[in-house]
Amino acid sequence: MPQAAMGTLKAEVKDLNFYYGNYQALKSINLPVADKQITALIGPSGCGKSTFLRCFNRMHDLYAGNRYEGEIGLHPDGVNILSPKIDPIEVRMRIGMVFQKPNPFPKSIYENVAYGLRVRGVNKRRILDEKVEQALRGAALWNEVKDRLNNLAFNLSGGQQQRLCIARALATDPEIILFDEPTSALDPIATASIEELIAELKEQVTILIVTHNMQQAARVSSYTAFMHLGEVVEFGETGGIFTNPSKKQTEDYITGRYG
Amino acid sequence: MAPDKGVQVMRAMIARRKRWDVIFAVVGLLSMLCGVVALVALIGSMAMEGVPRLSWDFFSSFPSRHADKAGILSAWVGTTLVMLVTALTAVPLGIAAGVYLEEYAAKNWITDLIEINVTNLAGVPSIIYGLLALGLFVYQLDLGQSIVAAGLTLAILILPVVIVATREAIRSIPGTIREGAFALGATKWQTVSQHVVPYSMAGILTGVIIGLSRAIGETAPIITIGALTYIAFLPDSPIKSEFPYVSFEWLSSAFTVMPIQMFNWVSRPQEAFHVNAAAAGLVLIVMTLLMNALAIFIRYHFRKRIKW
Repeated sequence: MPQAAMGTLKAEVKDLNFYYGNYQALKSINLPVADKQITALIGPSGCGKSTFLRCFNRMHDLYAGNRYEGEIGLHPDGVNILSPKIDPIEVRMRIGMVFQKPNPFPKSIYENVAYGLRVRGVNKRRILDEKVEQALRGAALWNEVKDRLNNLAFNLSGGQQQRLCIARALATDPEIILFDEPTSALDPIATASIEELIAELKEQVTILIVTHNMQQAARVSSYTAFMHLGEVVEFGETGGIFTNPSKKQTEDYITGRYG
Repeated sequence: MAPDKGVQVMRAMIARRKRWDVIFAVVGLLSMLCGVVALVALIGSMAMEGVPRLSWDFFSSFPSRHADKAGILSAWVGTTLVMLVTALTAVPLGIAAGVYLEEYAAKNWITDLIEINVTNLAGVPSIIYGLLALGLFVYQLDLGQSIVAAGLTLAILILPVVIVATREAIRSIPGTIREGAFALGATKWQTVSQHVVPYSMAGILTGVIIGLSRAIGETAPIITIGALTYIAFLPDSPIKSEFPYVSFEWLSSAFTVMPIQMFNWVSRPQEAFHVNAAAAGLVLIVMTLLMNALAIFIRYHFRKRIKW
């Protein structure tokens, strides 16, 4: 689709190939990511959507034998975040992530949210207090936990833990937040509240979300990319993809003929 | 109405198969009793012999030619100081080595080889460590027959146990926790020191307990490096009334330890000394239990916060 129609871009993926050792998991992917919008990545299991998402914060650098080719340009400065010259830590300080299963640290609610700031050397209580409150409000969790910030994060319910992880990612004001199937471990009610939250967050941050739940993609995202066997088969406005897919493969997946 | 033939056959078969449940329950119970009864009998007989001998004087007297005047002062002080050196050396070294192998070192055949060797070292007879220490610490490094030499000897003896326990504990931390820290922009050191090691502490401490419990009872390597069996003085005090208030003279002091004192008493012909040995054995067991209790307490403190 023409990029002019998408407005400002936050990131642009160009000819991205990714290899686990000798196995090529992603094949020449091109994708624009619209600024302050939600872009969903959908596709059958093993299509490479999580692998693709984890390129955005260089998570693959943690494990030996992984290799990127091509680039992901981060706007407005146009830095190629896949460049070996760029420290993955720098990338992760700009791009946050929320994982499939809530993964709070075995620390207090407060310390979970404050951790990203502490990593950056922020230790002033006043600034931390302010940022923690702001992030918890942003994640719609403040009212539920404000009286027990020093309680352990593990005592929260699954949905609350996931919102805590969102607050943890928000606290450092990232430019993009990556969501890797954030509701797959949650019940329908918690899922609904997380979806609502993600939809609100696009006011302040660009969002990329991987989901195996097509209704979820249809509900929250503005743009959708359908992936299959490591390639982006089709990309476009979510409405268009779901009502009028141009490729047979996309249509088959969306109508539930495989997946 | 009686159940039909098929059901009766099935019930008979179930009863036949369940016989093995009963058989194993009996065999298992007997096996367990072998261990427990032997241990209780041992401790019981030692207690019956030794308890009457326990008194304040027993703890505060040096060894003596007269069994009734002999005490374990130099032995328990020696054991305490040697264990202090051992713990302070083996714990940080073992944790650092385990963390390095698990988090930093590249995964290749060299690390595999190191892993196999470290695991095997845990099973090397302790007298071998004694011989190594005699050559290395006592002569080569010229530490002499001192507390520091003994502490270091026991430290290398239990180092493999601490390393293996550290690696196991680190491996049990879910990868998602590590990734969660990295995703927030943490460096490897921040992830390791603020997450991986604190969350592994319960498992690491289990290894430390096992290691120190082994070390406190070791006799062979300590005799090999030349611990004395008769010591009628205490090491120099680590705390001084004058500047700089602390002193490390005690590290180079001659010493004896509880198991050696016991061995010495047991090998004498007089019955009265055997009673002393039993009493000293009780004290040694209590020291071990106290050490374990401390570690279990700390471990509980770490573990109560963690549920994966």
